[in-house]
Amino acid sequence: MSRIKIRAQQADGITEVKALMRHPMETGMRKDQSGASIPAHFITEVAVFHGERTVMQGYWGAAVSANPFLGVRFKGGEAGDTVKVTWVDNQGGTGEGETTIR
Amino acid sequence: MKQTDLSGTSRRRFLGWTALLGAAVSLPARVWAWARPEAAFVATGIDAALAGLGGTPTVHDAIQFTTPDIAENGAVVPIRIEVDSAALPNVSKVSVLVEMNPNPMAAVFDIAPDTEVYIETRVKVAQTCNLYAVVEADGELYMQSRETKVTLGGCGG
Repeated sequence: MSRIKIRAQQADGITEVKALMRHPMETGMRKDQSGASIPAHFITEVAVFHGERTVMQGYWGAAVSANPFLGVRFKGGEAGDTVKVTWVDNQGGTGEGETTIR
Repeated sequence: MKQTDLSGTSRRRFLGWTALLGAAVSLPARVWAWARPEAAFVATGIDAALAGLGGTPTVHDAIQFTTPDIAENGAVVPIRIEVDSAALPNVSKVSVLVEMNPNPMAAVFDIAPDTEVYIETRVKVAQTCNLYAVVEADGELYMQSRETKVTLGGCGG
């Protein structure tokens, strides 16, 4: 389980979530110095939760940059509420980050 | 004897309750089923990728698609998609495509109802080309495209 850096800030009823994940996001098309191809390794699914509610869920390809950044906004968040971001990659790896809305 | 029996029972009950609680907590808080548009992701051309999403989108001005005009590093190109929900309501999906990438489909986001349509992320852009923001609203596809010039390709790492 990899930790996700996450911040959530509320203003005028809209909560902005910013998440930074650590992941190589390998396309599978690159080769290392010896010419052997580097296997594809990328986040395939990502989700943002406000408490028990899913506010966004995404499907990613290898074209999302390494160490992905995700910013989303949603309505209905209050200061102190929990916001969680999770991801799953194509090799079965997972990541999670949680914070409270400021 | 009696006391040990009692404590044994309560211990078992306690364990039962914690197991139940644990199960409830560890259940994923998911509202929708996962439905990855695989056909769009494996497509190697922009038309096939769009077909994988459900067809040919029409241009809509309510979609605000922000990308850099020039990206020095194609490996990290910041993009932002915002939809004015008064002009285009009921957006349920937002997708990002990069025309000249080996697989143009970069990301799809399912958006919860009654919330903001706002996505920010960073994508790889192999070479100078058009980027597409495609949104689905009431089963129809709409888009906005922008050209980004790349000085250093996104696939070299």
